[in-house]
Amino acid sequence: MKATVLIRPKEGILDPQGKAVERALPALGFSGVSAVRVGRMVELEVEDPSALPSLCEKLLANPLIEDYEIQPLPDQG
Amino acid sequence: MRFGVLQFPGSCDERDALQACERVGAARMLWHEDTDLSGIDAVVIPGGFSYGDYLRAGAIARFSPAMGAVAEFAAAGGPVLGICNGFQVLCEAGLLPGALLPNESVRFLCRQVELVVENANTPFTRACDPGERLSVPVKHMSGRYFAPDGMLEDLEAGGQVVLRYAPGHNPNGSVRDIAGVCNEDGNVMGLMPHPEHAVDPLTGSADGLRLFASPALQPAAA
Repeated sequence: MKATVLIRPKEGILDPQGKAVERALPALGFSGVSAVRVGRMVELEVEDPSALPSLCEKLLANPLIEDYEIQPLPDQG
Repeated sequence: MRFGVLQFPGSCDERDALQACERVGAARMLWHEDTDLSGIDAVVIPGGFSYGDYLRAGAIARFSPAMGAVAEFAAAGGPVLGICNGFQVLCEAGLLPGALLPNESVRFLCRQVELVVENANTPFTRACDPGERLSVPVKHMSGRYFAPDGMLEDLEAGGQVVLRYAPGHNPNGSVRDIAGVCNEDGNVMGLMPHPEHAVDPLTGSADGLRLFASPALQPAAA
């Protein structure tokens, strides 16, 4: 199975990267953008999809500071 | 007293750490594939960028063969000190509570800071007095200590907050000015500042040496 894993800073945790991006936007003429958060995306192919949550908890995300979301991708025949 | 300094691919402070250890005892380098810690009385995990800091700082290093041996060593009561990236590795490995987030400033920081010794009754701080101030440099990109509120209360109550940045010296936005913590048993400690870079007055401060001198004060590990 192909999947995308989205990893985000947990709600309530200051994301200085997001803040820096947010502050840079007005300088480029983009106004009205707020609540920017920067995370990571991991694409992978996995033989046993049931392993995905544990794989995310143990390596891809640090559950203390990050939330993750697994999005299965349709296989391209 | 024999220290083992654990080097990963991408470590960069192992020489200074080894040199600091050699000022108070014997020391040898350990490689990340080593699983034999026999003859080692204390393990130091130095700073740097183990495995390129891929994914998150310390996330990959925790799976190295040597870390399995370090976890066993720690479980048996052996003293383990993680500095900077070593601190990040120990948190990722679950040997220390909490996590290190990117600095509030999103900048790499390199400066001298003042630390306050909060708990002088750990294997690494018993050469210090409670409340003593230490002048030690920091240099890191992800040094903002974080733990959820409930965990913080437990850490404070259990004396696990070992070092704090002195008022006005918190360089990275760490919660409650925390610079270093230990595990419940006190034998595993991590800190973001670099005591191994402050062991000679030539570089401005020799205060860091006190953290290396401390393990040597205890009876040799059984």
